[in-house]
Amino acid sequence: MDTASFIFYLLATLLVIASLLVVFLRNVVHCAMALVTALLLIAVMFVTLHAPMLCVLQVMVYAGAIMVLFLFVIMFLNPGALEQQRGLWWGFGTLLAMMLAGVLVPLVATSDLPADPVAATELFGSPEMLAKSLFSDYVLPFEIASVLLLVAIIGAVVLAKREN
Amino acid sequence: MIALHNYLILSAVIFSIGVIGVLIRRNLIVVLMSIELMLNAVNLTFIAFSRYLGSTDGQVIVFFVMAVAAAEAVIGLAIIISVYRHRQSLDPQEMQLLKW
Repeated sequence: MDTASFIFYLLATLLVIASLLVVFLRNVVHCAMALVTALLLIAVMFVTLHAPMLCVLQVMVYAGAIMVLFLFVIMFLNPGALEQQRGLWWGFGTLLAMMLAGVLVPLVATSDLPADPVAATELFGSPEMLAKSLFSDYVLPFEIASVLLLVAIIGAVVLAKREN
Repeated sequence: MIALHNYLILSAVIFSIGVIGVLIRRNLIVVLMSIELMLNAVNLTFIAFSRYLGSTDGQVIVFFVMAVAAAEAVIGLAIIISVYRHRQSLDPQEMQLLKW
């Protein structure tokens, strides 16, 4: 096994474990910590796929901003009691999701896809290349995204404000 | 070298794990976290395709998914805070005002 596959399988194993911990741990703070681990592992996987810019964004936006927001809300609401474990319901939900995986995995495993990546240029995945495409082909979605973020800010202030 | 299939299978597995979280958990915050996990699984698919097809578009779309996910998390958490203020609970089972 070469180094690239070794890194992939190591990351994949850790990622699946971290994701399972997010779903099955009963303490909310522990779930959040497992989610941070999963997001950072995905960021590392982005580097192996030649997307360094998005790796940095993943760490800053997801593992940074969004997770701080989650932890802030968890500590703000302070949900004391652990969630009850409903064995039957947990088993049923897990079974349903495994059926979904059972449909998805054979579907992608048997589809006709390129086996080898295209040879990457030096610029592939760099901020420069991303910015060129963002400000030429995708300039309208970019502007709409900025409006969306503004709406989200105003919406959050309105929703979370104490009414009186 | 790893084939594209491996990345897609990994994404499918993580997406399914996120679905488990949405289905079984009775805590709104964890449900929202599971949705973030599912979004990340899809992001991984986009990046893998972008790498294997040699196109930038996948990475740009991931950029937009991140912006939308940030907006979604902010609004979702604001709604959770607002619901908690009324009900003193994070259990989605108890939100049945519109149910008859």
